[in-house]
Amino acid sequence: MVVIDFLDNIRFDMIWNYKELFIRGIWVTLSLTAVGYIGGVIFGLFLGIGKLSKKRWVYYPSKFYVDFFRGTPLLVQILLIHTALIPSIFGQSLGFFVSGATALMLNCAAYNAEIIRAGIQSIEKGQMEAARSLGMPRKEAMRYIVLPQAIRRMVPPLGNELIALLKDSSLVTVIAATDILYAGKVVAGAYQRFWEPYITAAILYLILTWIFTKLITYVEKRYSNSYIPSQRRRIFSFGRAS
Amino acid sequence: MIKIKGLHKSFGELKVLKGIDCEISEKEVVCVIGPSGSGKSTFLRCINLLEDITDGEVYINDVKVNDPTTDINEIRKEVGMVFQQFNLFPHMNVLENITIAPVKIRNMHQVEAEDLAYQLLEKVGLRDKAHAYPEQLSGGQMQRVAIARALAMKPKVMLFDEPTSALDPEMVKEVLDVMKQLALEGMTMVVVTHEMGFAREMGDRVLFMDEGVLVEEGTPSEVFGQPKSPRTQDFLSKVL
Ligand SMILES: Nc1ncnc2c1ncn2[C@@H]1O[C@H](COP(=O)(O)OP(=O)(O)OP(=O)(O)O)[C@@H](O)[C@H]1O
Ligand SMILES: [Mg+2]
Repeated sequence: MVVIDFLDNIRFDMIWNYKELFIRGIWVTLSLTAVGYIGGVIFGLFLGIGKLSKKRWVYYPSKFYVDFFRGTPLLVQILLIHTALIPSIFGQSLGFFVSGATALMLNCAAYNAEIIRAGIQSIEKGQMEAARSLGMPRKEAMRYIVLPQAIRRMVPPLGNELIALLKDSSLVTVIAATDILYAGKVVAGAYQRFWEPYITAAILYLILTWIFTKLITYVEKRYSNSYIPSQRRRIFSFGRAS
Repeated sequence: MIKIKGLHKSFGELKVLKGIDCEISEKEVVCVIGPSGSGKSTFLRCINLLEDITDGEVYINDVKVNDPTTDINEIRKEVGMVFQQFNLFPHMNVLENITIAPVKIRNMHQVEAEDLAYQLLEKVGLRDKAHAYPEQLSGGQMQRVAIARALAMKPKVMLFDEPTSALDPEMVKEVLDVMKQLALEGMTMVVVTHEMGFAREMGDRVLFMDEGVLVEEGTPSEVFGQPKSPRTQDFLSKVL
């Protein structure tokens, strides 16, 4: 009944009237996701390594951080950062983007830290031992030997985190970030109609997650089981060597 | 060149090494034999501090290895190790496996390191495999690359932990041949092995270890010919 009613009166023209808002929304959603994710991977790497540390003063802060950000809702974190943390550090709000990106980054880092820790731990102990036995300090062994192997194993779960973050980024609407969902809300408010704007928002998110999934699948394929470079590159390097 | 005094090692409650005293001089080839679980690997791994030492002292060239002020990385540059499971770096080709440590740790120039790598590959008979990846090699080839990799740091001592135990029988010889050549060139070597033939032929000295103590030591002909301890006799009767 409801659906038929909706189809009879469908009015996507109002979406069209607000197309700039949606386009801006896509842009904001993508930027927030990108900044949050890249920051989250880099910070997560340090946290993940921190959680593997034998030094208590490194391990416990890392563990506490990860537990806190995984154990509390992202929505609460966003509000804490936007309304409490940033104003008390800088004396004023720095706008939704800084707060939103910071919250997403800090949250994403906690999840990535666990993925990175597990990835590093999955590399056979003998690899680290072989590197250390050659005289490599722990840091170098990590960087040249363990991480390059671990990263391949991290690609699929890190990809899932990217998709999750893209969807979770819609929570920044609560601090009036002008993302995709916000555009939907504005239209809904203006016309007092709810089907079209939210369906539009949903479809936009769906398209983005679809594109991201394709991207991740491509990366996963490139980093598949074998370490041997593709046939083309190998011929090239043989040619160069001879 | 290696001096070990009263070496004890425990894993929690489990006492694995119970007071080992031993000296190894330059150019000596020492083979360590003994039953499984007797602590041979642990003994070897204490020498380059892959396991931390519970009690006792290990000196390499008069530098105390287990001293908090010793930079263990400096020691390890001089002590090569070859593992039972090869532990080649699977994401690097053979050349990169060999050059990574000299380039990153000894600050050797890439070109120079590759020259050295080719020389070492020549020595272990794998020059044509320089661009292969570990997964494209047989076990024997992998172990020979692992030996070349350790040699690239120009170590003064080489530690071998059962280097042929993970190999198919037909590949054991190619690895032992490389080790023999190395011994003949005067490398100081500590070899944990089940290859009694190698110990007999190449060992200057054989140590028999059982339950974390050195039960008997001597030249191969002494240990294999007239073993004194009943435990050595018992062990040898099972493996020979
Ligand atoms: N990291 C560890 N943690 C706890 N116990 C260990 C550890 N490493 C070795 N052990 C124990 O120490 C004992 C000696 O082990 P080790 O590997 O040195 O023996 P091994 O003589 O080399 O034997 P094998 O011939 O089977 O290699 C064994 O009982 C083993 O279970
Ligand atoms: Mg062993």
